[in-house]
Amino acid sequence: MTNSIPEIEDADCIFLIGSNTTEAHPLVSHRVFRAKLKGAMLIVVDPRKIQLTLQADIHIKIRFGTDVAFINGLMSAIITNNWHDQHFIDERTEGFEGLREHLAKYPLEKASEICGVSVEDMIKVARIYATSERSTILYTLGITEHSHGVDNVKSLGNLAMLTGQIGRRSTGVNPLRGQNNVQGACDMGGLPNVFPGYQVVVDGTVRTKFESGWNAKLSGKVGYTIPEMMDRLLDGSVKAMFIFGENSVMSDPDTHHVRHALTSAEFLVVQDIFRTETAELAHVVLPGACWAEKDGTFTNTERKVQRVRKAVEPPEGAIPDWKVICELGTRLGVSMDYESPGAIYDEITSLSPVFAGINYERLEAGGIQWPCPSPDHKGTPFLHEGRFTRGRGLFHVIDFRPPEELPDDDFPFLLTTGRRYAHYHTRTMTGRCPSLHREFPTPRAQINHLDAKRFGLKEGDLVKITSRRGDLTTPVEPGDIVPEGAIFMDFHFMKANPNVLLGTSLDPVSKTPDYKVCAVRLEKSTDMEY
Amino acid sequence: MMLEVANGKLIGTIPSKNSPMNQGKLCIKGWNAHEFVHSSERLTKPLIRVDGILKEASWDEALDYTASKLDEIRKEHGGESVAFLTSARCTNEENYLMQKLCRAGFGTNNIDHCARL
Repeated sequence: MTNSIPEIEDADCIFLIGSNTTEAHPLVSHRVFRAKLKGAMLIVVDPRKIQLTLQADIHIKIRFGTDVAFINGLMSAIITNNWHDQHFIDERTEGFEGLREHLAKYPLEKASEICGVSVEDMIKVARIYATSERSTILYTLGITEHSHGVDNVKSLGNLAMLTGQIGRRSTGVNPLRGQNNVQGACDMGGLPNVFPGYQVVVDGTVRTKFESGWNAKLSGKVGYTIPEMMDRLLDGSVKAMFIFGENSVMSDPDTHHVRHALTSAEFLVVQDIFRTETAELAHVVLPGACWAEKDGTFTNTERKVQRVRKAVEPPEGAIPDWKVICELGTRLGVSMDYESPGAIYDEITSLSPVFAGINYERLEAGGIQWPCPSPDHKGTPFLHEGRFTRGRGLFHVIDFRPPEELPDDDFPFLLTTGRRYAHYHTRTMTGRCPSLHREFPTPRAQINHLDAKRFGLKEGDLVKITSRRGDLTTPVEPGDIVPEGAIFMDFHFMKANPNVLLGTSLDPVSKTPDYKVCAVRLEKSTDMEY
Repeated sequence: MMLEVANGKLIGTIPSKNSPMNQGKLCIKGWNAHEFVHSSERLTKPLIRVDGILKEASWDEALDYTASKLDEIRKEHGGESVAFLTSARCTNEENYLMQKLCRAGFGTNNIDHCARL
């Protein structure tokens, strides 16, 4: 997030797009409710009638996967009506003329036709977002999990810069992230293109620093992304894979493809706390310790580094993961002799300027938001004040590209996927919490009640859903949450996991798969029992 | 979040009133997060596949075997033939070590995690 979660409640306009906040981020939605009580305007952009649409001032029922056209339309309306912030554009950005020329080709009527939103509604949203004193954009995977996810994010960046709604309190472009430490895994260089602290691997000076810090020869070649690793396992150029705390068989799209890839590995190691579907395929399984059983730090979605402290011992026989990795590293000739997680953190900060001022002693007083370059620096609640990281903010010219697989005669329904409030991802953990299991014991596919009527389906009836990749059977939940012709499924349950149905179309830049749009067929199931 | 412990076992979670984020609140998952920790299904021993079946092994056996297989593949096919997935559920320190193991141990940047998905 460019800004902090508590700031949300002081925004004058909340532009929420592709986020089912009450289910996926309940405590963040609480801030949205507070902002509403303080008088903020709430704009919810989502094809589904999610719970927050009941509190929204405007619900934009956008067509699935047409975000770029919608945002271009908004920007077009903003420029036409002179609602843009010319001072901010002149002082802080570059590339505005290119964007203006591009948007001239995007009249509102054209955008409206693509995204299914009326011209009047687009003008209204554009006016409220652009002219409110403090407007904040909140988004989640409804923006990123598309074959045009990077274009979506850049478009939101354009919108914020065009209106000067960034670099101040309660503004910004704010992705709400989904795992307790997904921010930290990125920050620590768990990505194929960067070392810890977002220092790029192709930079020779950076590489030399890490080579001397680690006493090893390092590669300057960007590594494989997850989907590429799966493909390389299949063509044989990747022989071994080490999977740490991840259940790829259930969480990656096109399950048959992933299973085939992982079983092709010459050597597969899985380190986890439970015997997951992925661990079942491994040659070696190493038990780990969970969040309550070890010391360390997590970094939340607002870039805040916080301590986690051991409350109980791991089950007898299991040991904290950091010790397991050290044991392996030492056996493989990597220098990994640490007394404690604090000592590891000191090495991290010595090599990463953005975290240089953070240490365990300071964290005793509470979390610190990076960048924090020195011990006397208080941390950074919001980014881009006065200047952007690259200097001037760059406007990107972005064209609308439709999703790669849309409904047709053979597969007339559109499938989209997401989370439910009681479960976390593949249910490895929440499926083993009796209270959460009782709350949400079986999968339910949301369909529109008109489609339910046409197929003669009522709550709990079983349907067979088929795509070009596979099929599954699931109970249905008819209602008015999804529009006619659409199906929403969670991916928490192995026996009805929509990843079996999804394709492998990827964003060309980020290689993120499209989890949000796929064409399927619906039939009443002949199975009697589930 | 604070944790309630009795006789070495987690028995509950308590929201932190001092946390600027939580302000004394938790979501349904937060209130119940302790329930899986002592599950009888937790893995407690390393497993090695022998004749197609995962069998229990000692830590030394599992670590020695893993290291020797990875070393063999590194020598025969080069470090680029090994890939790592790190974890968005584990600590910063563990993620740092995992990418260090990948980069310093195998001379490759084949490391990624579920943020991409």
